[in-house]
Amino acid sequence: MDPATLIASLQQAAPGAEFESIPSVDLQATIYAPRDPFAAVARALRDAPGLQFDFLAELTAVDFWPREPRFEVVYILVSTTLRQRARVKVRLRGDDARVTTVSGVWPAANWLEREVWDLFGIVFEGHPDPRRLLMPEDWEGFPLRKDYPVQIKAAVRTSEPLQVTEQEFRANVEKDRLARR
Amino acid sequence: MGLETEIPVLTTTVEKMVQWARRSSIWPVTFGLACCAIEMMAMSCSRYDIARFGAEVFRGSPRQSDLMIVAGRLSRKMAPALRRIYDQMPEPKWVISMGACASIGGVFDNYAIVQGVDQVVPVDVYVPGCPPRPESLIYGIIQLQRKIAQQHLA
Repeated sequence: MDPATLIASLQQAAPGAEFESIPSVDLQATIYAPRDPFAAVARALRDAPGLQFDFLAELTAVDFWPREPRFEVVYILVSTTLRQRARVKVRLRGDDARVTTVSGVWPAANWLEREVWDLFGIVFEGHPDPRRLLMPEDWEGFPLRKDYPVQIKAAVRTSEPLQVTEQEFRANVEKDRLARR
Repeated sequence: MGLETEIPVLTTTVEKMVQWARRSSIWPVTFGLACCAIEMMAMSCSRYDIARFGAEVFRGSPRQSDLMIVAGRLSRKMAPALRRIYDQMPEPKWVISMGACASIGGVFDNYAIVQGVDQVVPVDVYVPGCPPRPESLIYGIIQLQRKIAQQHLA
């Protein structure tokens, strides 16, 4: 499918949104999508008759620091019924790096969005579980940003806080002891 | 040790006896972090056969082990887990830092990797290499045995 048809079907399904075609070397349809009605755009990509992108193959981001808009969130979509692929990008400014979540449209986006939040610090609004995925939960900073230092001279943490309270721990030990009798 | 020719008795000191017992049956904890662990497994298997030096019993529990071979790069997120396993090992215990990554960070000079496991646990022997061949690790274990043989009890 070529970008013009993709944009035409999207404008029919999500009126009011502005799209922009991007030249790509591999002839795969690549477009910029607007950030603001992106939830509607995502639903149109999945449900519109000529599109039916039912599979989110990849969700990632690119940091073009110091250029503005700095971030591009990239969605690579596959339609298993119509056998077509598309690449949809959303541009985000560094001081306003937030986009609505698509985990309600494609459940696969849940962990992918957590990964992008973890490493780029892009907020996915309405995400059901907005925790870090790879880095420790109390990590400061977002390592894949271009202005993040490669090496940090921080002390290594050799202990972590208990995941349970002392009462819960004692109750677990007691329960275990009773179960062994 | 003095060998009496007349009667079948060996005389020695308690210290030498304990040193001999400790160095002759080192039990490493089953703990591999990265590709170095593959070489560690090769070392324990039949081709290189660390059983010749009495250290072949890799234990699944740190409470039964007295050697930790840190085989591979240690990420900052993994450091508390490594320290917890070390703390669960009973005394006396020793640590071998295996390979460039465990010793100084290796090629991973970045925010995510601990630049040397001696920031987390006390290391007795460093084995260089990327990864070290099984012979190198066997040599490291023999060095550790020499070290144990010189440790005084009091």
